[in-house]
Amino acid sequence: MTNSEAILDNAARLRGEVGGNLHDRLTEAIYSDAGAIAGRAVSAGEQTGNLEQKFDRILTSRLWGFPLMILLLTGVFWLTIAGANIPSAMLGELLQGTVYNALHGVAAALNAPWWLSGFWIDGVYLATAWVVSVMLPPMAIFFPLFTLLEDLGYLPRVAFNLDRLFKRAGAHGEQALTMMMGYGCNAAGVVSTRIIDSPRERMIAIVTNNFAICNGRWGTLILIGAIFVGATAPPFMASFIAATSVVAIAILGVIFTLLVSAFLSKTWLKGEASSFSLELPPYRPPQIWQTLYKSIIDRTLIVLKRAVIMAAPAGAVIWLISNINIGEASIATHLISFLNPFGLLIGLNGVILLAYIVAIPANEIVIPTILMLTLNLSKSGLAQTGVMSGIDDDMQIQEVLTGMGGWTLLTGINLLLFSLLHNPCSTTIWTIWQETRSLKWTTISTILPVVLGIAVCLLTAAAARLFF
Amino acid sequence: MSHAETAIQCGSCASGCNTAHLAKLGIKTGNWDYVVALAGNPNTGKSTIFNALTGLNQHVGNWAGKTVTRAEGAFTLGGKKFKLVDLPGTYSLLSTSVDEEIARDFVLFGKPDVTVVVADATRLERNLNLVLQILEITDRAVVALNLIDEAGRNNIKVDERSLARDLGVPVVSMAARSGKGVDELLSAIEQVASGEIQARPHRIKYTDDILENAIDTLATQLHGQFEDLPNARWVALRLLEGDESIINAVQTATLGTVRAANVFPPLVQLEAR
Amino acid sequence: MTLNMLKAGRTATVKGIYSKDTERRRMVDLGILPGTLIENVMASPLGDPVAYRIRSAVIALRREQAELIEVEEEG
Repeated sequence: MTNSEAILDNAARLRGEVGGNLHDRLTEAIYSDAGAIAGRAVSAGEQTGNLEQKFDRILTSRLWGFPLMILLLTGVFWLTIAGANIPSAMLGELLQGTVYNALHGVAAALNAPWWLSGFWIDGVYLATAWVVSVMLPPMAIFFPLFTLLEDLGYLPRVAFNLDRLFKRAGAHGEQALTMMMGYGCNAAGVVSTRIIDSPRERMIAIVTNNFAICNGRWGTLILIGAIFVGATAPPFMASFIAATSVVAIAILGVIFTLLVSAFLSKTWLKGEASSFSLELPPYRPPQIWQTLYKSIIDRTLIVLKRAVIMAAPAGAVIWLISNINIGEASIATHLISFLNPFGLLIGLNGVILLAYIVAIPANEIVIPTILMLTLNLSKSGLAQTGVMSGIDDDMQIQEVLTGMGGWTLLTGINLLLFSLLHNPCSTTIWTIWQETRSLKWTTISTILPVVLGIAVCLLTAAAARLFF
Repeated sequence: MSHAETAIQCGSCASGCNTAHLAKLGIKTGNWDYVVALAGNPNTGKSTIFNALTGLNQHVGNWAGKTVTRAEGAFTLGGKKFKLVDLPGTYSLLSTSVDEEIARDFVLFGKPDVTVVVADATRLERNLNLVLQILEITDRAVVALNLIDEAGRNNIKVDERSLARDLGVPVVSMAARSGKGVDELLSAIEQVASGEIQARPHRIKYTDDILENAIDTLATQLHGQFEDLPNARWVALRLLEGDESIINAVQTATLGTVRAANVFPPLVQLEAR
Repeated sequence: MTLNMLKAGRTATVKGIYSKDTERRRMVDLGILPGTLIENVMASPLGDPVAYRIRSAVIALRREQAELIEVEEEG
């Protein structure tokens, strides 16, 4: 027998002699030494940590725990939305106004053919510009805020508060954290699932991450909430009702996360709950500048880069289908007619469906695409070929959608639902693939939300027709 | 997806033939004089220290074959180039999770020139668990006693000399957030790397005679079989515990040499900065 | 009694750990050994998990884990 085998044989024999519970005894020896060494080195004076502990107890108390948590998180979202408005508008003016016009000026000076300047400026550039101006400001606010909470040490408390719900759904408490990250960006949310050790529970977190409404979809929710849902209320209540509808969708997202997690853990991702332990570190004052730097470089720029890569081709596609004619009408028109029957069945319409197909790269461009296609379809004078800028006013948008597009309250509500329940954007799909390297699970993550979305919309449409 | 090249320049650097080990673990060592590992419990400010040491000179990727993030960086000191590898934050090295496996395997097989263990001054007793385990595996360590500002805030004083005496390795008090102690840490790293400081690390004694004899027997055998073993006592203990991966390493005679390349494919680099 | 029965703010000494396999290793690695002091720091608003102070760190454990740790209260 080789030397190695001799060693292993010896080890096996000695193992018996040494007795059981070896791991316990070893660990005990280590901790005993640790205790002695620490005892000699550490001297603790009067403990003043009680204030923090009281604070902690309040943040996790039965009475205040949840309200404070919801308040804090709503605060983060509100700051993001409110804070991003002006920068977004400014960026929009710059990119879709000044730069856009300048580009067309250059094209004209060069006598470029309409289709060349159209394709590159109205298609590729404009889509990218829109994504940057709409996506960058909220992400630049949300991610630093989120990272600050992380550095502060508050996030484990969120997992601590929500763990029981996730346990019932067969998932891990840390999924609450990955879900929250998804509210910023689902791609970032998927990457953050690395904190979950167990592959099974990690997969559940990945598949359900899409039910967290990413930055890119808020714009849609807020707009549609205001135009359609808010409009049904008396004017003084309009904003409040609109806000409520958005929050309702967000909560619905959490419910779906838990339900689908429960479903997965009982069927396709069945298995044992992994060993749970969550450390609640002491609160630490965060390093503001370092956090800003880390979050902007690490999260914002990287996600933005991927989004831009996705948006450019989308812009090209939108322009092409709107400007290439087959027979009498553009490709877009044909596709819309084709999709319309199915669309109406589920309480949406052909334009919306086509927009969602085209907007797979980035959720932000759904509304602009819808507007552009609607205008194009009605051959209105407002419709420049493939132009997505110029319509900022809520009232104008409502006119376009209801007047030209034939939208109803049902369409609005179902769009809100479909916004929540549809396939992840292509950046997220790509990220899921990178993280899982599993074709099967990437497909499931992509298809499952859509199927749910269609089912839910079908139900509401049917209910609406039945009762109204 | 890109794969780092596994070009090995054996013998061209001060860390000698460990480049082969490290390359197989996915670390390119071509241009470096010393490799430094950064270990510690989670929430000890380890990443602050990592950033303080490497500045912008870092990039993030994955540990080979796993979806655990890994950060690598570099710094120059006294004319020598140091490569810093950030290990996952772990409470222990006893393999109950992927993170611990990675950290342990890197310190054991990768044999970094220096292992810096970051400890939280406000929770020393718990942190010493990992410190002591690392000291069982390697002699060349430095303890970075971080968050002393937090300790001060909570009226906790840590006598670093007592600690250094008990542990047998250099202990550097730090408040990395405000940059305190970074220079001292760099200095300690350099001194351990160059051999200027010879540590006599604390070794855990087991009061059980039968156990001690068993350890001695196996350790001697192991030394006979694998000459360049970092710490035979530690390996002996793992064998007595029945640790699968160590048993496997002995069986395939890869202990003290490099693991097969298909177990540790090269670093998957995600985003470079 | 078992750990989950320890009331908030109270401290107890660990007498035995009855979890199995990986779970047990995990508990022991965290420092839960016979003789260790454990304090119930606070509970989640939903009652589960509960945060315990173990050797200067605060760690949350689920009910089913705490049920397998036998403790004896001080005093």
